[in-house]
Amino acid sequence: MYEKDGEQFFVVDGHTHFWDARPENRNKWGEGFIACFYDYHRNLSPPEYVWPKEKYDRYTEEDMVHDLFEIGYDDIAIMQPTYLTDFFPNGFNTTEQDAEVAAKYPGRFIVNGAFDPRDGERGLDELRRLKDTYAIQGVKLYTAEWKGDSRGWKLSDPEARPYFELCEELGIKNIHVHKGPTIWPLNRDAFDVHDVDHAATEFPNLNFIVEHCGLPRLEDFCWIGTQEPNVYAGLAVVMPFIHSRPKYFGQVVGELLYWLGEDRILFGSDYAIWQPKWLIEKFVDFQIPEDYQSELGEISVEQKKKILGLNAAKLYDIEVPAGMEIPAEREQVAIGSEPVAPA
Amino acid sequence: MTTTVPDVLDALTGVRDPELDQNLVELGFVTDVQVDGPVVAVRLRLPTYFCAPNFAFLMVADARRAVEGLAGVDVARIALEDHFTAGEINEAVGRDATFTEAFPGEARGELDDLRALFRRKALTARQGRLCDGLLAAGRSEEDLIAMRLDGLPAGPDADRCRELRHELGYAAGPGAPAFVLADGAPLTAGEFARFLRFARLVARSLDGNAHLCRGLLKTRYDLTDHEEVAA
Repeated sequence: MYEKDGEQFFVVDGHTHFWDARPENRNKWGEGFIACFYDYHRNLSPPEYVWPKEKYDRYTEEDMVHDLFEIGYDDIAIMQPTYLTDFFPNGFNTTEQDAEVAAKYPGRFIVNGAFDPRDGERGLDELRRLKDTYAIQGVKLYTAEWKGDSRGWKLSDPEARPYFELCEELGIKNIHVHKGPTIWPLNRDAFDVHDVDHAATEFPNLNFIVEHCGLPRLEDFCWIGTQEPNVYAGLAVVMPFIHSRPKYFGQVVGELLYWLGEDRILFGSDYAIWQPKWLIEKFVDFQIPEDYQSELGEISVEQKKKILGLNAAKLYDIEVPAGMEIPAEREQVAIGSEPVAPA
Repeated sequence: MTTTVPDVLDALTGVRDPELDQNLVELGFVTDVQVDGPVVAVRLRLPTYFCAPNFAFLMVADARRAVEGLAGVDVARIALEDHFTAGEINEAVGRDATFTEAFPGEARGELDDLRALFRRKALTARQGRLCDGLLAAGRSEEDLIAMRLDGLPAGPDADRCRELRHELGYAAGPGAPAFVLADGAPLTAGEFARFLRFARLVARSLDGNAHLCRGLLKTRYDLTDHEEVAA
């Protein structure tokens, strides 16, 4: 919980990791992957929050709990696994590893699972096992993950269909989608988010949370968001721009409020790439820059409360402490989502 | 006539990162140019090890074509460095192979569609900026709908719009409508408000991506601001 000027903010951190990128658990691609992650961390964090690379490769459970809950204001953190076993032999960040930590801190973590349609029948059994073992309510899908010769997959692949059907059947309703730089076929735009449109139409009972709100394809994501009411914007990777490029951050948040509306935007730190403490402090103080207010409007305290925690609480059936909820009739439809012809 | 390093750099300003619609020199992607008579060697770098291979391939292939287009150059050897598919790309471009030949089994076609998609995005973004500039200067929506290409205020955005329209096969003559939708159809009054909203969004998206790429390049190679600009 974060408190400022008499306002209380219930915080659900929608995107956190506990990864292992030590040299003994990575090959040359894994090394490139964590180096790239580290550059994101160094490039967009305030200097006092930049870690040495060794700590970044593998931070401790104590570091994580300290940074998220003791100083970081998170009430609940959602752990999103990223297996990447072709890069990190024991997995970069698996459901099992996350669950082990989560079990020690009851009520603080929500552990999500993952699936990969290229695993066929075996993958469906594995998804059932994840549900049985960890009672997962959500999955994180990384479509650019390598698997043998394959460089990725799309949510619209026919192989993905039985997985979404199984998610519906098992009550795994939150599908976090993360795009990356490779995909089969390699001639297509790897960051394209139109496959989310396809899946969201086919499975209206599932929620599709697109991480980093489709960046670097914000325009395509916003367009899909206007068409599909079950598509949400995850702010992981977008948040840190609040420090390094506040005007741009203001534009992105303003656009998301316009096209998707305040009920479909979710905070995420993407810990340990960035830390929730400074992101939340700056976000609560943040306002859309004056130059853009005539076009994009302002952001209210109530909207910030929804984004920081109440929207995710709704998706994950998290009980919000008394006095911190917002009445349901205050929900709004985004201006940009009114039905109109395509631009 | 002997080709000089500035000639090569000048040719490389004609090569763009298709995703960002900015040229390789201004982005700081060119690290070294060596001219040895009719043989030119160029080294390129990108903001991350995992930048998308399709865009990387286009930049390397376009760079080779641009430099070999210079009078006095017989061979341009382009070396992409520090990238997970640098080997495949450099080798393929070096022997004039296509993208599908560079990545056998991993691609289902060449990159023309991808390039056209990003040209449409770039065109939309540039038109959005031009519209905002004209509106700020007191022109009305009706003026903009009626405007012809030769009525656009001179500058890089107008030049690039003409170039992109030409490349996309859209009407690009002086009497053609100044503003078109992504598919090349003339913008109409009923579509204007939505068009402008979306064009601003695309412009913000491309600008934001370019900023992130520049920032990551700077971090990756420990560049100062001066090096970033001068590279």
